[in-house]
Amino acid sequence: MVERKSIGNVIPHVILWIGIAIVAFPVYLAFIGSTHDAATIANGQMPPTPGPYFFENYYRTIFVGTSMTTREPIGTMIINSFVMAIGIAVGKISISIISAYAIVYFRFPFRMWFFWVIFVTLMLPVEVRIYPTYKVAADLNLLDTYAGLILPLIASATATLLFRQFFMTVPDELVEASRIDGAGPIRFFWDTLLPLSRTNIAALFVIMFIYGWTQYLWPLLITTRDDMQTLIIGIKKMIVTSDALTEWQVVMCTVMLAMLPPVFVVIAMQRLFVRGLIESEK
Amino acid sequence: MAEVRLDAVRKVYAGNVEAVKGVTFDVPDGHFCVLVGPSGCGKSTLLRMIAGLETVTAGIITIGGQVVNEIEPSERDIAMVFQNYALYPHMNVYNNLAYGLRNRRTPKDEIDQRVREAARILEIEQLLQRRPRELSGGQRQRVAMGRAIVRKPKAFLFDEPLSNLDAKLRVSMRVEIKKLQRSLGTTSIYVTHDQLEAMTLADMLVVMNAGNVEQIGLPLEVYEKPASAFVASFIGAPPMNLMKVDAAQAAAMIEGAAIGIPAGGAILGVRPEDLALSLDGSQPNGGFKLDLTVAAVERVGPETFVYGNVLDGADIIVRLPGQDAPATGARVTAVARREKLHRFTADGSRRLDG
Amino acid sequence: MQKRAVFNHRFLPFVLLAPQIAITVIFFYWPAFQALWQSFLLQDAFGLSTDFVWFENYVYLFSDPIYYEVIWTTLVFSALVAIISLSSGLLLASMADKPLRAAGVYRTLLIWPYAVAPAVAGVLWLFMLHPSLGMVARGIKALGFSWNPLLDGTDAMTMVVLAAAWKQISYNFLFFLAGLAAIPRSVIEAAAIDGARSTRRFWTIVFPLLTPTAFFLLVVNIVYAFFDTFGVIDAMTQGGPAQATTTLVYKVYADGRLGGDLGGSAAQSVILMMIVIALTSIQFRYIERKVNY
Repeated sequence: MVERKSIGNVIPHVILWIGIAIVAFPVYLAFIGSTHDAATIANGQMPPTPGPYFFENYYRTIFVGTSMTTREPIGTMIINSFVMAIGIAVGKISISIISAYAIVYFRFPFRMWFFWVIFVTLMLPVEVRIYPTYKVAADLNLLDTYAGLILPLIASATATLLFRQFFMTVPDELVEASRIDGAGPIRFFWDTLLPLSRTNIAALFVIMFIYGWTQYLWPLLITTRDDMQTLIIGIKKMIVTSDALTEWQVVMCTVMLAMLPPVFVVIAMQRLFVRGLIESEK
Repeated sequence: MAEVRLDAVRKVYAGNVEAVKGVTFDVPDGHFCVLVGPSGCGKSTLLRMIAGLETVTAGIITIGGQVVNEIEPSERDIAMVFQNYALYPHMNVYNNLAYGLRNRRTPKDEIDQRVREAARILEIEQLLQRRPRELSGGQRQRVAMGRAIVRKPKAFLFDEPLSNLDAKLRVSMRVEIKKLQRSLGTTSIYVTHDQLEAMTLADMLVVMNAGNVEQIGLPLEVYEKPASAFVASFIGAPPMNLMKVDAAQAAAMIEGAAIGIPAGGAILGVRPEDLALSLDGSQPNGGFKLDLTVAAVERVGPETFVYGNVLDGADIIVRLPGQDAPATGARVTAVARREKLHRFTADGSRRLDG
Repeated sequence: MQKRAVFNHRFLPFVLLAPQIAITVIFFYWPAFQALWQSFLLQDAFGLSTDFVWFENYVYLFSDPIYYEVIWTTLVFSALVAIISLSSGLLLASMADKPLRAAGVYRTLLIWPYAVAPAVAGVLWLFMLHPSLGMVARGIKALGFSWNPLLDGTDAMTMVVLAAAWKQISYNFLFFLAGLAAIPRSVIEAAAIDGARSTRRFWTIVFPLLTPTAFFLLVVNIVYAFFDTFGVIDAMTQGGPAQATTTLVYKVYADGRLGGDLGGSAAQSVILMMIVIALTSIQFRYIERKVNY
């Protein structure tokens, strides 16, 4: 690498810190907002420093709920968000790893045909076929159910392709050694392939957890009951268009809490996250 | 312990590529059979068919008297050592060795006893708790061997097991494999493209080329009486000098009684180590002689290789003991005793004797 | 394409494939087919009868000036989001790629917005730019500019663009960083020895080598701006004011929500599908490597 010892070395640091400040500023303000009372925010005089209502606001958000728009406390929403995000991550990984296993490690009729059937789903995000998908879910009585929140979103090929790509790099001799050691297809999968896939599974879990947690349009349509809402939908519903009624301090508490789990996952599992993101896209 | 029999075994891949073209031979119980040949000659395919990793297109394979064509690899009671070892990367050495026994529901204390015995034989006892990636190449090789011997199979199959090791380690592991096979007395089939490995390990050498068996025999038999021009050039390093000659050319090279050269000509062969250089042109009675211009000289210490050009352009290698050799550009005569000459049919497919 | 070593099993592979194929058919192929089919149907006002009308829904759609406005809005929105987030991501990545101490800290501090839901990003920025209570809005007004994204279309567009671009910076940053890390150091060192200064090195050596990454990201960013920003727009402006921030995806949602014109909504979906297929086909030039080896 080309190193220079001069004043020029300061510039990257300055630019990076400015970037970090810009990126972090909205979240800082949200935090400030979550520590003031409704009146201070509503009259547009919120100071750039934390206020005294931190505990009161968060307590209300989690256990009481908003008063003016009569929304529930966010406890159930947190559970729903977790169920949905984990459900999508686990579901997608499970169905993908076994289908990739079938495609890579077996010879059977229409193998490539099945591969393309799965592959084509890369093409269309759920947003473009939203109403027909909604109709299917409604016909199957999946409205306001966890299955309805989860299943339609796990129909995608990304994870299958990732596992397929990884399986192709596993040496053939491992299968052959296993066969000579008396392991059939299922035992090879459990004893060898699954343990070898651990890192990939973890990386994919991180990505899929975030994908599930941040979903918006689909849960907006599929849930009608308050007790099935996810956090993200809850936030939207707390903001009322006639903004005099919006309790911004509660909204900001919820925003902070809604960001916490996925941001924590990204930062705590940074290595896996970066790997999962880059592998699943490239 | 068992003998392995191959009867007219063929392998045809999709697209009509015939990798093995009808191979028949028996490996007697306890023998160490080495399949040798250039890459693509079908030796690995043949081994993999014996292992059950490839289907057999035609012919019959029996192990210990049992026809195994349709039998799963795990049911054939064989063990295989792979070129890249194929150790299970997520299991420690102990579990790598025990895995096959566990799958066969061997009692726990017997597994333990057999794993420890194998580890003791291979001197890897202190490595049992390590993962494969924490081992050196030679240690991995030992573990791969251990995985084969714990099973006490009817036969060992080796697929170029030493080619991932450095040259020095390869020699010492070669010796160890031979010793191990002797002491266990297990029938072994070993695939390699390295003729030196083949010569030193085999008590039965099978030379293959283009899907066919060219010659089967003891290593020295094959060396001394190669059955075809291919075998002659493949076994021995540097390879045998081969010259295409007609009767007149042969007569010019060989003094005394004419040797039999068929009407269509023949291939005349002489090993570099059977040649000597004669500075004054004299030669052993009734011998072979050839005038050369020295093109290059390689001194490797105990011996020296002289590369010479004949008038019509053919290259001849002469192997001389010691370090004395003529200078580049010198004109010399290479000579050999008459009985050291080999003759093959003009297409190289067959040896001419008598 | 396939392994040399495979298992032969009559029905196990089908059992293994069944869950994914079932979910894909039920929740992907069937709805996609439905959308296509409905786009050729016209329902009367009472929903009593349905006629097969060929391309009438499409013809109607493309004779509607509002639809062209929405297309234009989508293009402007996507272009702005892509330009802002790509250039910021590239700038930050090229700074962080230098051999700085604490490069890992910078990375940590820059990647987390990826985990923020688009709708939440919208709420965050709305809170800053809200005309009556936003702190930044106050600042803008104090500088003498007029600012009311709830009433003014341009202000509203500015607001959604900023929120959508903000969320995407971390993604671009990460991929540019990976792209930069893949450039052999020796190439850059050779350029330095050839006398190229830092800035010149970037534009003549580094940037050309980054073009595949940049191109890939451009497509990803456009797809993001087209589809994933639904949450941003719904949280901030609901497509308003006066449809100034209604993108194609938002229009499908809004029209369908009003009910009624099923065929028209389906036709819009089909057009969107064709746009994604076109975009992803370009992207497949990169995925191709994944398919054929």
